[in-house]
Amino acid sequence: MSKLHIENVSRVFPAVHGGVPTRALEPTDLDIADNDFVTILGPSGCGKSTLLRLVAGLDTPTTGKILLDGKPVTRPGPDRGMVFQSYTLFPWLTISENVGFGLREKGVPQAERNSTVGQWLERVGLQSFARHYPKQLSGGMQQRTAIARALANGPEILLLDEPFGALDNQTRALMQELLLGIWERERKTVLFVTHDIEEAIFLASRVLVMSARPGRIKADLRVSLPYPRHYTIKTSPEFSELKARLTEEIRAEAVLAAEAH
Amino acid sequence: MRPLAPISNVTRVLLGISFFVLFVAAWGFVTFGGHVSKTFLADPWTMVQDGTQLLTKYNFSYDIAVTIWRVVGGFVIAALVAVPIGILMGAYKPIEAFLEPFVSFARYLPASAFIPLLILWAGIGELQKLLVIFIGSVFQIVLMVALAIASVRRDLVEAALTLGARDQGILARVMIPSAAPEIAEILRLVLGWAWTYVIVAELIGSSSGIGHMIIDSQALLATGQIIFGIIVIGIIGLISDFLFKAANRWLFPWSQI
Repeated sequence: MSKLHIENVSRVFPAVHGGVPTRALEPTDLDIADNDFVTILGPSGCGKSTLLRLVAGLDTPTTGKILLDGKPVTRPGPDRGMVFQSYTLFPWLTISENVGFGLREKGVPQAERNSTVGQWLERVGLQSFARHYPKQLSGGMQQRTAIARALANGPEILLLDEPFGALDNQTRALMQELLLGIWERERKTVLFVTHDIEEAIFLASRVLVMSARPGRIKADLRVSLPYPRHYTIKTSPEFSELKARLTEEIRAEAVLAAEAH
Repeated sequence: MRPLAPISNVTRVLLGISFFVLFVAAWGFVTFGGHVSKTFLADPWTMVQDGTQLLTKYNFSYDIAVTIWRVVGGFVIAALVAVPIGILMGAYKPIEAFLEPFVSFARYLPASAFIPLLILWAGIGELQKLLVIFIGSVFQIVLMVALAIASVRRDLVEAALTLGARDQGILARVMIPSAAPEIAEILRLVLGWAWTYVIVAELIGSSSGIGHMIIDSQALLATGQIIFGIIVIGIIGLISDFLFKAANRWLFPWSQI
């Protein structure tokens, strides 16, 4: 049985001020296997974030159903950790309090909480910033904290919505390696939304390409590059071949999207 | 001058003080120079003398204490009632739909217009003074707090939801702490308004307080005393503002970064 089962899920946003309803996501079927790292690649406004928000339970599908481990998703919950593109650390809490937020909500005792938080801060290299407030940290550090905060909660699946979208290229590359390193150790199921082709290939064991609005999955590729992956893999022939192919797929959609607007 | 160019702290303080100096100088010029009659406006020196006399001979410090007590008392009661209601209104739409129209209406009822009624209901004692300030402050605080809570960042609420927070947790651990500095700022603002209500309350049917002194001085044409009373209110306002700001900095260090 698959980890995440998506069946006939669509989302139509109702019309505003006498306009036409927006079909953000066409009826979609999708199965995600346990321990897979799946990236969803698509041009902006193609409904890839909508799909992720539906899985998170932050939005309700117009049709269809979503099952995680066979249980229907009806609302947000700690079994589906999420990292957002915007910086969503709680500004009034320190870095370690942020990472411990979900555990405290679960009622995990202080001592156990501290040790879990400590471990995760170490894994993202932020031990020395435990007592800082989010605004004192750079964007990359804040997103590392956000990843630690989601994972410290022990979710079944990790959802990431363009988490590195606002970072500069160098920081973004380092963050990809950090996330990949964590995933190679933890082997959590990951659903990662991005519009960056290189990022999608480098991280994923499976890439889904979404079409321009109304969004649907138009291509489904396995990435057979072996793990653990080193950043030098980005210059390998297999990588370049995949990149060329995906560039074509995405370009066609970007052209369609540009014409539609 | 370049727009938005920063200035040093010393320059800032000196510029701030120099306006006070300029103000007193202009006041001294028109009064000492005989450009206005002493009957209408006392000169700065007379004001200082009158003030000293008020404090040493007429026990004016008691009036000051009474006024401060009334403002703080009425304001604290209003805040204790209004902040929780505002939080509930901001967080829960049915409560907002139930209360918002009435509170918006009540907010425009001038507190001073209630004074005759309140004298009828509560006499001319302390209760009436507290009620004037209460009525003047409570509706303002409710509406502003509700707005502060309702405008909490949606993405923070969503992040908390995906971390397993439930309804109560969202309110207690995201909405309230997120809006807390703004609520403190609202209270600072409304406390300033409460000062105007207390003076109005003391102008009518009162036997003590700064407002009572001012209305008594009017009968004696003692403009020096009136100005001294007004300046005392200004100084107390300045001090309470400073204390409020210091408390906010200490309570919410994260919002200053």
